[in-house]
Amino acid sequence: MAKSYSISVDEVNRTLEVDDPNMPLLYVLRDELGMNNPRFGCGLGQCGACTVHIDGQPTRSCVTPLSAISSSKITTLAGIGSANAPHPLQSAWIVEEASQCGYCLNGFLMTGVALLKSSPSPTEMEIKTAVENIKCRCGTHLAVVRAIKRASQMMVGDVK
Amino acid sequence: MSDALTTRHTRRAFISGAGALVISLSTPASSSGQAPLTDGAMKRPSFTPSQLDSWLSIDEAGDVTCFFGKIDVAQGLDVAVRLIVAEELDVAFERIRVLMGNSATTINHGGATSDSGVREGGALMRITAAEARMLLLEMASRKLNSPVSSLRVSNGVVTVAADPSRAISYAELIGGRYFNAQLHWNKKFGRDLEVSGTAKPKPPSEYKIVGTPTVRTDISPKVMGKFEYVSDVRLPGMLHGRMVRPSIAGAVPVNVDESSLKEIAGARVVWIKNFLGVVAEKEWDAVRAAEALKVTWSDSNPGFPPQEKLHDHIRSSKVVKREYTSNVGSVEAAIKEAQAQKLRVVEAEYEWPFQSHASLGPACAVANATKDHVTIYTASQKPYDARIGIAELLGREMRDVTTIWIAGSGSYGRNDAGDCSADAAVLSNAVGKPVRVQYSRAEATAWDPKGSASIQRVRAAFDESGKVVAYDFMTKGFSLRDMPPWERKAANTLAGHLLGFKLEPIQAFGIPNDSYRFQHKRIGWETIPPLLDRASPLRTAHLRATASPMCHFASEQFTDELALVAQSDPVRFRLQYLTDPRDHELLKQTAEKFGWDDRIGPNPGQGGRELMRGRGVAVAQKEGTCVAVFVEVEVSKSTGRVRPVRYTVGHDCGLIINPRGLQQVLECQTVWATSRALCEEVTFDANMVTSRDWTTYPTIDMNLVPEKIDFVLINRPELPAAGAGEHAARVVAAALANAVFDATAVRIRSAPLSPERVKTALGRV
Repeated sequence: MAKSYSISVDEVNRTLEVDDPNMPLLYVLRDELGMNNPRFGCGLGQCGACTVHIDGQPTRSCVTPLSAISSSKITTLAGIGSANAPHPLQSAWIVEEASQCGYCLNGFLMTGVALLKSSPSPTEMEIKTAVENIKCRCGTHLAVVRAIKRASQMMVGDVK
Repeated sequence: MSDALTTRHTRRAFISGAGALVISLSTPASSSGQAPLTDGAMKRPSFTPSQLDSWLSIDEAGDVTCFFGKIDVAQGLDVAVRLIVAEELDVAFERIRVLMGNSATTINHGGATSDSGVREGGALMRITAAEARMLLLEMASRKLNSPVSSLRVSNGVVTVAADPSRAISYAELIGGRYFNAQLHWNKKFGRDLEVSGTAKPKPPSEYKIVGTPTVRTDISPKVMGKFEYVSDVRLPGMLHGRMVRPSIAGAVPVNVDESSLKEIAGARVVWIKNFLGVVAEKEWDAVRAAEALKVTWSDSNPGFPPQEKLHDHIRSSKVVKREYTSNVGSVEAAIKEAQAQKLRVVEAEYEWPFQSHASLGPACAVANATKDHVTIYTASQKPYDARIGIAELLGREMRDVTTIWIAGSGSYGRNDAGDCSADAAVLSNAVGKPVRVQYSRAEATAWDPKGSASIQRVRAAFDESGKVVAYDFMTKGFSLRDMPPWERKAANTLAGHLLGFKLEPIQAFGIPNDSYRFQHKRIGWETIPPLLDRASPLRTAHLRATASPMCHFASEQFTDELALVAQSDPVRFRLQYLTDPRDHELLKQTAEKFGWDDRIGPNPGQGGRELMRGRGVAVAQKEGTCVAVFVEVEVSKSTGRVRPVRYTVGHDCGLIINPRGLQQVLECQTVWATSRALCEEVTFDANMVTSRDWTTYPTIDMNLVPEKIDFVLINRPELPAAGAGEHAARVVAAALANAVFDATAVRIRSAPLSPERVKTALGRV
């Protein structure tokens, strides 16, 4: 029996009807709301490709059932900045060319944005620890660390 | 070049400038008086490789579209193609776009394979762009009534050098029309395709655009969440499909209880012969249905050998095919002679595991099979071949199938994408609606085609002077093309296997080129039968750099073993036997940048330490690209963990098109190859592959990446631009293993150099 849910995604309230309250948020966002990110990588919470913020916290949407997030505020990659008003980490990512295929970058960017909020000048070790459970198969790891460092410098004003 | 029109333009500036040029069109036509009012054809000529328009077009605004017959596996290949075409045509980089991999609009030049994107695809676009420029200059000559030799081009505007006010743009010359010009075509498709024209491409000495460090343009849409992957294709009325696979390899469905899906609205079963899948309107429902479906499977006993006996199985297996790729002098006699004379003969054997592509995103494809036509949106590296294979699979004519390549998650060879597009095609054909299939994690890891497991046996003999005189290398393993990687046969996909198409495995292993000169040298390979011939989760196909990582893991470790026997430094020893001056120069320059000092034997003083440091090197040359990889590692005595501290990667691929892109590609592939060397090994039991996710198939993470990677990039404009997509990846494992020996004085001849394996090896001494 379909049940109605109302959720906030990237500052827009969305209402939808879903049969299965256990439907993971990933499928809600992609299939019900037609969003292109987050992405499906494992469905097991192991890789991070599906990461969104729930009330500011990086969360793996592939293992988060819809029923658990009713009154929460969801932010996706598209909600953290745009080409006209990019988040510093998005700008740094472009400068450092921190992606090849880019399929993994929801995990790195959403986790990186949260890290920079809680720790504006993270050490290299803090950066690596924050993103160590995010999978990348192209080998962009060094560039990812450089991008997060650059964004940190941009945010504290060392670099434009 | 002082004319404002010849400097860089925004689109608006260019168009407004062009407006002023209309005046020049009113000048009389050439002296022959025969020049048509407009050049070019209004009607599109036939879509064949011999037509220039099949490769390149210029629109009314003067923007250039390249129709590229390969595809970019996320290496930034489009940037290189744009630089090449910008250079030959003298059009700004920003005004060129590259379309790839659509079987209806781009010619089959083989898709992505063997890092041939720049080497073959770029070379072809250079020829076609040069031809277009020549024809445009001929048109301009007639229009401007001035000989070709008097003309100059800048950003798509042709001017008379002596009088820049006489000018005409490419847009005016041909914009929106067709060249209708013939190229010579060798009548082949795929990688064998060649075309040539009459124009001579620019000499590299005149290059102004090629060689400019250029940033990729796909990162911005990716970080803004605007980039559309194949998994984002949504068609009206589209269903979601999932495959249902057995828990024991080789088992096939004998009974399917569709009533087990009654709780899931709209879910239905597609069962054809041994092919079993489900479709539903919502993706989550397809996921649930695939799990919920009650299936009775046939008995199957694939009898996979115990994992720890895999290499014994390879040793004892019958040889299906043996081939020697090099056989100089008489190796057997020379080794026997050395043994008889009690001279040094060295032997070693190495092991390499099955490895998975384990692409980050499980494969996804969308198929729309109607009565008359089938369209497949696929991330396969071989979209043109997939068209042929899917036509056979569905019993359609090839002309009734279109494949459209759209980027997927990074792929490095024949991963699961080829199987997924075939599955989507069968499902859509069965239900008569568009079907999107995205595989599960387990399908991407446990069911993708595997990189072959193998052993390598190497022998060498020294003479009285301590020189290596005989070298004998044999690799033995599962064919790299047990399932041919091209998808141009129905049987080259899991769906084809399940639907009973006749298997046509190819026996091939192949050996990378060997860079060293020895008086007697024999190099060969042997293949063995597959463990399970049909629908096997251990079927083998191409994984990036194919035979190279395992062969060089052996050969370049063995080079170090020989150096030690010869009491020589590993770099010095290599220089003694390398023949190509390019290899010499690269090795020397990279050694210097790395800070290599001449030393014999393992790093002294490491024995008592918990963290032992060592250095290693490995080199190779193939298809015009030379690499030298140096690495410093840290090995933990207590845990066996190997951590690369830093790399210096030397690379000479002839002419460098985009140094910035080259560095990115090398950095990423070095990390990627580190993962294969240190972490990756497909596990299995008697019945099935047990590597199913990121826990059971560990790959590299932040804790194992090096602190830095330095580069030595040698640019040789006098040589053709060769490939860069996988050459460094070929020798990383060997360099790491050599560094582990340097650190620990223990030679580890089995990959991966996982903590367990290294710890066990250290405990043995």
